[in-house]
Amino acid sequence: MCGAELLSREAAEARAWAALREVMDPEVPVLSLVDLGVVRGVHVGADGTEVVLTPTYSGCPATEVIAESTRAALEAAGLGPVQVKHQLAPAWTTDWITDTGREALRRYGIAPPGRCGDEGTPVRLMAHRVPCPRCESTQVERLSAFGSTACKALYRCLACREPFEHFKPL
Amino acid sequence: MTTVSASLELRLTPPVRYVLRIADTALIHAQRLAEWCGHAPVLEEDIALSNLALDSLGQARALLTHAAALEGQGFGEDALAFLREEHQFLNLTLVEQPLRKPSAHSPGGDFADTVLRNLLVASWMKALFTRLQGSSDASLAAIAAKSLKEVRYHHQHAAGWVVRLGDGTDESARRLRAALARAWPYVAELFVADEVDAAAAASGLGPSRAELREPWHAEVAAVLAEAKLEPPAATPFVSTGTLGRHSEHLGFILAELQYLPRRYPGGVW
Repeated sequence: MCGAELLSREAAEARAWAALREVMDPEVPVLSLVDLGVVRGVHVGADGTEVVLTPTYSGCPATEVIAESTRAALEAAGLGPVQVKHQLAPAWTTDWITDTGREALRRYGIAPPGRCGDEGTPVRLMAHRVPCPRCESTQVERLSAFGSTACKALYRCLACREPFEHFKPL
Repeated sequence: MTTVSASLELRLTPPVRYVLRIADTALIHAQRLAEWCGHAPVLEEDIALSNLALDSLGQARALLTHAAALEGQGFGEDALAFLREEHQFLNLTLVEQPLRKPSAHSPGGDFADTVLRNLLVASWMKALFTRLQGSSDASLAAIAAKSLKEVRYHHQHAAGWVVRLGDGTDESARRLRAALARAWPYVAELFVADEVDAAAAASGLGPSRAELREPWHAEVAAVLAEAKLEPPAATPFVSTGTLGRHSEHLGFILAELQYLPRRYPGGVW
């Protein structure tokens, strides 16, 4: 017996989106999967729920955890059985991180990505325009082009002297 | 159950070969870069090289999965990575050349080789993925569009290092010139077109390697000029990894890469 049968499709899908807004990225635990922009579609039918996810980086080790936590959250919301599909095109971009997500990143101490447009922003030009998430100074320097996860680079604020991570535009 | 001696009998149509060449190049490049994990000269570069390896491995996984689907007998990415033998790998010979020096008697070891390798490979991948975005194969086009975003960043990082070393001290420039001389004999293979390339170009699957020559040379020459270096002269030698005939190094890479799944067939964790 599927719980989804008791709800209209719209209500069930709204419940699914609400459930996914509670599932955090395993490596940035203040950013929900919805705010990260990896949930590309939710379809509730008579025989369960299909979720379409897009991976962030090709090699991101969180991809499998994200699929598992998506499945678990929707089952807990009574929307199982759940089928998770991965979709590569169109490729994920940091432009899909919501404004709520950007604010959550900033409060967490990670400078959110700038908009990258279609061609991708030249990284060397970006380096000086990343405002410090703590004091908002743009007097910053990049310490490392890569960071603790595939999506981040390491910066230091020259005004407040705090190091911070930057979510790279992709 | 898979056994230790299992060897895959693959149906190598031209499209399967075409995708495997790219997949294997990404996989072996990732494996070489991953050897630096915990050993790079500075922490930032250790993290950078591991990240480059991770992206490249992710690209290899997507490409191997797709090659397996095209091959059609139900082998997955793991079977292709772990159960093929040396002659069944179709990577560019360049990416199997040693980077790190694991012991005093081993080849390789100059960090300039790594910096330069990253530029040469990222420039090739960039030229290739740019064109593969328009592939008649929608899955391959999707993998390319995604991977292109990643290799652009790799290219910028590598180019920054090549300029830093080439236009650095006499010693850093000398070492980068030596690295160029070591790498260059393997460059010709990046652009030799054969019947696999011709079939891919004819069907719209992807560009012939010959089409990558001009954009690659333009991009690499621009970075070398900024680094105050000259590209070496072409050599008559053409390596043959993409035909399955490799240098002496690939077997050692596979011995390490494949040890676990061959020793413990079917093992999971």
